Amino acid sequence: MIDETKSKRVAWVQFFFISNGLSLFSPTILNKILMKNTPFTDIHIGLGAKMAPFAGYNMPISYKGINEEHHQVRNAVGVFDVSHMGEFILKGENALDLIQRVTSNDASKLIDGQAQYSCMPNDKGGIVDDLLVYKKSDTEYLLVVNASNIEKDWNWIQSHNTKSVPMTNISDDTALLAIQGPKATEALQSLTSVDLKSIPYYHFAESEFAGCPNIIISATGYTGAGGFELYIPNRHAVAVWNKIFASGAAQNIAPIGLAARDTLRLEMGFCLYGNDINDTTNPIEAGLGWITKFTKDFVGRSFAENIKTQGASKTLVGFKMVDKGIPRHDYEIVDGNGKNIGIVTSGTQSPTLGEAIGLGYVAAAHAKSDSEIFIKVRDKQLKAVVTKLPFIKA
Amino acid sequence: MKFPAGLKYTKEHEWIKVDGAQATIGITDFAQKELGDIVFIDIDTLGKEVHAGSVFGTIEAVKTVSDLYMPITGTILEMNDTLEAEPESVNGDPYGSGWLVICTVKDPSELEGLMSADEYKAMVGH
Repeated sequence: MIDETKSKRVAWVQFFFISNGLSLFSPTILNKILMKNTPFTDIHIGLGAKMAPFAGYNMPISYKGINEEHHQVRNAVGVFDVSHMGEFILKGENALDLIQRVTSNDASKLIDGQAQYSCMPNDKGGIVDDLLVYKKSDTEYLLVVNASNIEKDWNWIQSHNTKSVPMTNISDDTALLAIQGPKATEALQSLTSVDLKSIPYYHFAESEFAGCPNIIISATGYTGAGGFELYIPNRHAVAVWNKIFASGAAQNIAPIGLAARDTLRLEMGFCLYGNDINDTTNPIEAGLGWITKFTKDFVGRSFAENIKTQGASKTLVGFKMVDKGIPRHDYEIVDGNGKNIGIVTSGTQSPTLGEAIGLGYVAAAHAKSDSEIFIKVRDKQLKAVVTKLPFIKA
Repeated sequence: MKFPAGLKYTKEHEWIKVDGAQATIGITDFAQKELGDIVFIDIDTLGKEVHAGSVFGTIEAVKTVSDLYMPITGTILEMNDTLEAEPESVNGDPYGSGWLVICTVKDPSELEGLMSADEYKAMVGH
């Protein structure tokens, strides 16, 4: 685990950069002192990527430009280094029990080789993290968590681990590449004997890949563009990267930064922890009712159940700007009279639509599709309209 | 990265080119690269006098928004209307077709406080 002092320093640095988010300066010096690298950091720098700290890691934000990288993934295939993500292995006969207690989705429905999107509610009505749960076997599960929450999640799960389920944090030994886009299968197929198109969405195979044993090949991703995520032991990471780029040359495979990952997920209306969901937002309010299963007991169930029965007072909705302007995290949402009705949690110019889009919490009365809302952008109130998610057809 | 010699620069990454009693203002090559794909320029100070160091507008990139600061005190006479349809000109040609506004020069002595191309280049580490 990350030692506490270091993680506090990292948190401070993250706060510093977030609170100075409008600055044009790149935080080079602090970066070098505190940031962790992934196995691909030198490759990114060699490719001329714009690097920045993200969740304590020195990560590539973009290579050639957000729009170009975004279209590359929507129309062809691109590779994201998401090795900063955290991975925990839970083993033994009580592993499922523990997962069922701390997550909101029903992991008992998983078959071997299947994964599910899930949520870890806290005991105050909020969300500890959103995550993926992979079932490798009845006695082995893999949890994939957000980089910024690795330590918090570990401690949270441990605090509920009354039956001493053996847990291993393999985050620092595991590289993760997301190969996303309609040409991902084509680009990767020559590297494995597994028939990639036979892996259904949210299923995975564990197999030799690019000459390396025991790679998890998972038909998941957070872009809505299709493709795979590969969990790779660090020692094989660079070799796998190089083979992917050689194999995908015919598809013009390209590296993609985290900035385009954000615009891609936002076009799909996918939540980003820290932006759209956090320790104080409820899964039901966040539109995560579909992964909140009352067929079982779990931490935080009563909060979700109450909101579900009584109706949420606020709801996370998608919206498109009608007036010209770009919504951003924390901008106020008001009604036609200027009265506060909510807050923007994510916003960008959608490269696919060429329109400004956003996610935000609004009071229940304004949450219906086509409701007119206004976003306070500096001193202006700009018209927007509540829109069904996803913003684009995947 | 380009830093044309005839221009003056601010620490907030604007450039200014003086031509008699008027000046043209834009953002630097370094700034456009840092911002990434620019999608919208919002300037609502047309016809107004804006003080040196005050905000005359904002520039929106896909990922972020940044304020635009006046290098000198002056009245905004004109804004670059072509940027409404082609904001990407600021990325492609920051010192040319991507210019932002034309303003009056109220007090030419304010120009002395700005950076030369070499000084600016040193500041951004190039």
